[in-house]
Amino acid sequence: MKKLLMASAAAALMAGAASGEEIKVGVAAAFTGPLESLAPPIAAGSELALKQASDSGLFLDGSTLTPVRADTTCVDSAAAVAAVERIITSDRVAGVAGPMCSGATGAVVSNVAVPNGIVVISPSATSPSLSTIEDNGLFFRTAPSDARQGQVMSDLVMERGIEEVAITYTNNDYGKGLASAFEEAYKAAGGTVTITAAHEDGKADYSAEVGALASAGGEVLVVVGYVDQGGSGVVQAALDTGAFDTFVFPDGMVGQALVDRFGTAIDGSFGQNPAAAGEGRELFTAMAEEAGFDGTSAFAGEAYDAAALLVLAMQAAGSADPQVYKDKVMEVANAPGEEILPGELDKALEILAGGGDVDYVGAASVELIGPGESGGSYREVVIEGGELKVIGYR
Amino acid sequence: MTDLLNALVAFSNFVLIPATAYGAQLALGALGVTLIYGILRFSNFAHGDTMAFGTMLTVLFTWWLQSLGVGLGPLPTALLALPAGIAGTALLLLATDRVVYRFYRAQKAKPVILVIVSMGVMFILNGLVRFIIGPDDQRFADGERFIITARAFKEMTGLDEGLAIRTTQGITLVTAMIVVVLLFWFLNRTRTGKSMRAFSDNEDLALLSGINPERVVAITWIIVAALATIAGVLYGLDKSFKPFTYFQLLLPIFASAIVGGLGSPVGAIAGGFVIAYSEVTITYAFKKVLGYLLPERLEPDGLVQLLSTDYKFAVSFVILVIVLLFRPTGLFRGKAV
Repeated sequence: MKKLLMASAAAALMAGAASGEEIKVGVAAAFTGPLESLAPPIAAGSELALKQASDSGLFLDGSTLTPVRADTTCVDSAAAVAAVERIITSDRVAGVAGPMCSGATGAVVSNVAVPNGIVVISPSATSPSLSTIEDNGLFFRTAPSDARQGQVMSDLVMERGIEEVAITYTNNDYGKGLASAFEEAYKAAGGTVTITAAHEDGKADYSAEVGALASAGGEVLVVVGYVDQGGSGVVQAALDTGAFDTFVFPDGMVGQALVDRFGTAIDGSFGQNPAAAGEGRELFTAMAEEAGFDGTSAFAGEAYDAAALLVLAMQAAGSADPQVYKDKVMEVANAPGEEILPGELDKALEILAGGGDVDYVGAASVELIGPGESGGSYREVVIEGGELKVIGYR
Repeated sequence: MTDLLNALVAFSNFVLIPATAYGAQLALGALGVTLIYGILRFSNFAHGDTMAFGTMLTVLFTWWLQSLGVGLGPLPTALLALPAGIAGTALLLLATDRVVYRFYRAQKAKPVILVIVSMGVMFILNGLVRFIIGPDDQRFADGERFIITARAFKEMTGLDEGLAIRTTQGITLVTAMIVVVLLFWFLNRTRTGKSMRAFSDNEDLALLSGINPERVVAITWIIVAALATIAGVLYGLDKSFKPFTYFQLLLPIFASAIVGGLGSPVGAIAGGFVIAYSEVTITYAFKKVLGYLLPERLEPDGLVQLLSTDYKFAVSFVILVIVLLFRPTGLFRGKAV
């Protein structure tokens, strides 16, 4: 019996060696918690990229890739740290695509990724504070920092000659981070902010909040909130009392739900959200549909890109050792090299195996800047005749 | 002169009108709490969720009526669905009384036990409402949205400040007035109402004079169902219907009832308005109003806001604590808690 076991174990080892090794990659997302509805398409996006690379048979001499999921919960940083720690120490993953939320991501990078020397690529953490986090070159993100969005939004407001605004933000990391990024950029450009007031999501009535905003004054109201939460409540109360009739909307507000609810009442308002256009996005959406998930869901494309970058960096380095391949992430993401769209991972793997260069474009037009985050292109949107109109990209 | 008018209009638009509507909604809620306290002698913690349940039924009926194409023109369809909502809620409350409260009444349980029991009922109603209609926001207001819009007011008067009055705010006030008049007429003029008051004043004496206690209790629950449903529907029409906010309403409603004096209907109404006006006035930023009133060099730079709007609920708490410390029986000499 003992001999048989030994024999079969040896056979398994041999078989493994013949077809390369099995490399595990962590897929960390907030499967429970406030963003649980966004998590499945994000995880599916990452896993799709891993599957494509694995099935091509070209990855690291025929190695296979296996995703390992971890639940990072979004709000509970301790749980996120424990979950990622587990997949690193017991499953021995070579890299992590995720986590989703800014708070969880910061905790995971400082407490798990850096001590264990594991590369982490988040598809959706947008907080500006992550740009300066101590990461030993191990942390990247395919989502742009909100510092950039604040700058873009400030430019939009300034270009319209609006010099006085009131700001209201949803009272969490996203709202606070983006509101202060915008305030900083706008003040630097010479604008005046009359008031920056938080609002809590999930209240029935925002007339008191709007009363304070109206009293402070301002030509337009900047609403850094969520369209299906307090953000719309504030807009409704502002319209009802006649306090403001023009609004500036960032990515949390720009959506079909906004114009469905307010129609022509908010004509003339404007805003921006991350650019979802381009050939890459369309290819990815079609691929996602085939694979059975919604590719248009927020950050699903960025998740595909995060996993793809991990795979391509490993291939370029010829090793799944994070200490080796971490330096290749920026290289494969940016020019020069052959442009790689979603679904062309096999082509990219082949080029890299032959010693060539690739410039990964992917679903979200990835271009990593500065500390390894997406440069972020946004589309400028205005509301005209009760419809969202895209009038430009920046 | 124009400045004075502008200041007045700004104040009415952001403080007076919203606070009056909110006060009327709180007053109706507090009336229900106070009636239960006066007649059944316990604080009903399930009141907020009773309001949610009644509103939910009304919302469902409203949707059904809307799907049939029935409407009230400029008025919200929900008014038409209101009687059905009240009837359903009354049945629910009578059933709860039968299954839960009657058992404890027969045992002459202490009020504090009944309070805990009502919390149990609260959790069950809480779950029931979420189970049927879900935890999300539901909008069911239709018809004309405004009596007068801010823009129209500005054009009409030529003032800088607009004044908006929503239809739902008007309906709230009118309905609340009708309900209160009916309730006082019922309590003071009808035989049943008088027997209820007698029961409230002295239970033993009332029993001796041949008042049927079960009948009094049943009628109380039916009136409470009507008050809770009307208050809930008005609040939902004016703001929006979300089960969790109704649970949160419990605090200002209890504050209103206690400030006015538990067991005193007049007190409940006064308390409702005291709480509503304090909440809104204390969290309002007076910069604009003062800007109109004061000469230019005295104009305030800051917001002149006593408390950030985040602390709205704290206002009810503070008033509650002050009243309990200095006048535990409330403004109108209700029963001490």
